[in-house]
This record gives sequence, structure tokens and C-alpha cells, in this order.
Amino acid sequence: MSKQILAKLTKKEEIIKGVYKFSVQAEEIVKLSKPGNFIEIRVSNQTEPFLRRPISIYNLDKENGILEFIFQVKGNGTNLLAQKEVGDQIDIIGPLGFGTFKTENYNKIAIIGGGIGIFPLYELAKQAKQQGKKVDCYLGFRNKDFVMLEKEFDSVTDNLTITTDDGTYAKKGFAIDYLKEDMKKEKYDCIYACGPIPMLRAVQQYANENNINAQISLEEKMGCGLGVCLGCAVKTAQSPKDAPEYFHVCKGGPVFNARDVEF
Amino acid sequence: MNTKINFAGIEMKNPVTVASGTFGYGREYSEFFDLGLLGAVITKGTSLKPKSGNKPSRVCETASGMLNSIGLQNPGVEYFANNDLPFLRKFDTKIIVNACGSSIDEYVELCRILNTLDIDGVELNLSCPNVKEGCMAFGNTYEGVKKVTSEVRKVLDKPLIVKLTPNVTDIASIAKGVEDGGADAVSLINTLLGMKIDIYKKRPVLANNTGGLSGPAIKPVAVRMVYQVSKAVNIPIMGLGGIVSGEDAIEFMLAGATTISIGAGNFIDPYTSIKTIEGIEEYMKKCNIENISDIIGKVEMN
Repeated sequence: MSKQILAKLTKKEEIIKGVYKFSVQAEEIVKLSKPGNFIEIRVSNQTEPFLRRPISIYNLDKENGILEFIFQVKGNGTNLLAQKEVGDQIDIIGPLGFGTFKTENYNKIAIIGGGIGIFPLYELAKQAKQQGKKVDCYLGFRNKDFVMLEKEFDSVTDNLTITTDDGTYAKKGFAIDYLKEDMKKEKYDCIYACGPIPMLRAVQQYANENNINAQISLEEKMGCGLGVCLGCAVKTAQSPKDAPEYFHVCKGGPVFNARDVEF
Repeated sequence: MNTKINFAGIEMKNPVTVASGTFGYGREYSEFFDLGLLGAVITKGTSLKPKSGNKPSRVCETASGMLNSIGLQNPGVEYFANNDLPFLRKFDTKIIVNACGSSIDEYVELCRILNTLDIDGVELNLSCPNVKEGCMAFGNTYEGVKKVTSEVRKVLDKPLIVKLTPNVTDIASIAKGVEDGGADAVSLINTLLGMKIDIYKKRPVLANNTGGLSGPAIKPVAVRMVYQVSKAVNIPIMGLGGIVSGEDAIEFMLAGATTISIGAGNFIDPYTSIKTIEGIEEYMKKCNIENISDIIGKVEMN
């Protein structure tokens, strides 16, 4: 079940250069949302740019009906969105995606994210922590200029590991390598991942090889975001290469069990 | 004020329908509004057997529009009949099934089955640009269109609409093939074949390299073709291509369309079709039009 609403922008913050956190009044959507869901935003009421922008949900403030999302200015659409000011109305459809992060069967979880892929992991960590689970988190960034939300993630995790590819901040290297190292002594019931494709592939390979549950949030170009146009296809792992079958990121996902998809 | 339309024998409460491939089988949009408000729902392109579609990436945005190369992914007619049709029938709207095939035999076999179902009409898809076999291969010559249409006509008693591709030199002659083949109506336009290149990867954005262009970018082409076809044939026309408002719909009707379809416009706003119905009513009020059918083909050329 999803709704289309005009949500009032109540707070706007540039958290690092070119990356904005928006807080919007969106009770109807907040009520229905789960960790891993996304929203679709129409950035202009004209037909240019044409399609809505799929953006993941960062934080749900159920008490106040506030939804927070974070996005990086990448092109025309996100640039227009970044120009919205507090008090403006934003056309949002949500929550979208039936494939959300599922934690009910697990007590000890590891969360791994990279770059702008970390945003949907915050609400997951927050809710898991509230439910008394042990939550360890690994966040990787390119360099010190891209590190963000450290304090926020620290407050909803038991152990937070930050890495930068070049070592200019915190630990040097890839987050996945630190997770693998810790897994030698620590056993997690499930790994949750969102980030660049190479990171997701590494998580998938590691989880599959070691028979560990993993849930990954995928991205693909979308037309409608509702499961109608069938644009955002991702191949099922079970189907053969010469007769591929597909899930759709907007409907079956965006979160999938790592062993179910091939990307 | 009367918005009722008889289209190819199908009685619709208004001329607004939703285009094949942009509305699934109605479930997703039924969360937003009562499908019974629409003149008709045209289903996702449906084939005899399930089809899994093309490799991703399948869609990308373009100037005031988008390219798609879905490749007719659909669950097949049997699944449709058992699962989607009973759902759609709950709404007080007309159901038109978009039918696609890769050979004449397949079209005929599919339509033989569709003829037994509780649907209001069939839209024959001779115009998908994204599959290798069938579809557009039949749709780009007078003879090809006439042949498939007449073969299907033999097994189909329900209203038959044939959907045309704009990727042809002379759209009027193709439409004539539809009429001569015995169809009840023609719908146009399907998408225009296009391509977008990622300049950094130096590769087309779509995995299939090319795709069909839709959205407001193609509207003037569609309006021109609807006008040309309306001058060439006597069967009614369903016009589509980039409609996102009542004003757009009126343009198509003035050009000669009896009904219209909302396609990619559904993606940018789930309520585009409903807003289009309201927009048509506003225009009728503003221009003192009692019957919407009075404006069909009423454009006067300069």
C-alpha cells in the first residue's frame, strides 16, 4: 500500500558537499513504511525532467510523522530537488517496494554500507537496536571528504567501523575486509548491505560461499517505481543464462536475499 | 454534459483509456483510484505463453520522455485469464487486452482464446519495437498488417483494434491495411524507435541498444499521424503519444481520435488519467460542448 502526498519540507541540511538531508511532514507514508522501503519524488510539476526520482528512506520519526531522506546532487533532477526550500511542498509517492529488510528471525546482525548507499541502513539499524538486537555496522567511504553520519550510526549500533579507501580518515581499506576479519571470531545471523555494486558483489560472494544469510538493497533504472512498467529488472539467480527470469527492483525489492539475485 | 463514447462497438463512459504496458493489469493503480472512472483499461501486452522480457537496463529518461525496451515481459494469457481478469472485472470499466505474438499462428491462437474470455475487446499489437520476431515485423507494410488482421478477424468476434507503429514511411497506407483486413478500429502511435548513449562508457544506455521513445516529446508526431490516418480510413481511431492532460487529449480528438490513451503519463503521476478526464470536462464547459463526440476530427486546417 502506498500513497501519493504533497509533503511539506520542514528541515533541509547539506550534510557534506552536494549531499542533502530533507525532513518532510509525511504521516501517511511514515505510518506504512518499513526499513528498506523507498519513495518516488516528482521534482518538477512540468514534464522535464520527466520521471520521478527513486530515493531511499533514511529515517522514520513515527511520533512526529516526519520522514527523512538523503540524496546526492547528481544531475538535473536532484539539482532541482536540492533547490527546494523549507515550507515548499514535495510530491512524494511511498512507501514503495515489498522487499524490505527482514530482521525478525535474527538476534545478531552485521550491517555494511558504502558511500551514498548507507542511507537506507540507518532506519534498519535503529529499529533492530530498539528491538534489542546486537547491531554491528561497517561503513566505507572514498576518503575523508565523503565520510558522513558517523555520529548518527554510532548512536544506533553496538560497534561502528568506519573505513576510507585511502586511509585519510579512520581505518584504511574496504569495509568488507574488516567485516570478514571480524567474522572470523564473531558469528552474525545475517548481513545487510547497500552500496556500490562491487561491494554488494563481494558481500554476496562471501555470504554464499560461507552459507550466511545476507540481504542486499539493489538499484536499477526505474520507469514507474510501482511495478507496472517492468523496467527495473534484475535476473533471478535460479534461472539459467539462456532463459533468464527477472525480479523487479521496485516491487520484489529493493531488498533481496543475496542468494536469489544475479547482478 | 455527455462524455460517453462508442468506440468500435465498445460503450465507454468517457474517451480516456490507459495504454498497454503503462498500467500493468490495473492492480498497482487501483491503490490510487477507482478504475471504474476510466473509459477502458488496456492491459499489458499479453502473449500466448509467458515472456520474461529483455536484459536490463530496460528504461532510461530522455528530454520530456523516456526510452523503454521491456521486451513484452508478461505472464501469458492463461495466467491473465485466471488471475488478472477476475480482478479487473470488479471495476465498472471496459477491458481491452493488448495481444502480441511472434507469428501469425500465434496471434490467431491467442485471439481464439481471448474470444472465449469475458473481455470487451482486443488490441492487436503489431508495433512493439523491442522484440526480434513478430509485432513490428508485421506492422510496417500494408500487406503484413492486412494479413494478420484478416486472419485474426476470422476467429475473433469481439471488437478488434490494431495498434500501429510510427516507425514507417506512410502511416496512412498501414492504417488502410488495418481497415481492409476487417478491424473495427486502429490505435496509434506506439513508441518511436530511439537510442541514448552513455558518453563516458561509449555504449548505449539500454542493454538492447535501442528502445521505444514515449512521453510528451513524441506528442506532435502522434497528433500529425492521427490526423493523417483519420483522413485515410473510416474506422475510428484511438490516439496516444505523450498525453498528460485534458488539453493534450482534446488535441488528439480534434485531430480525429475518438478515444485517447494515457501512456508514460501514468508514470509521472498515478492520477494523470483521472486529471485528463477532469481536464476534458473543463474544456467542454469552457467551450460549451454538450457531447464530447462532437469535437472528433473538428480541426480546421490552415
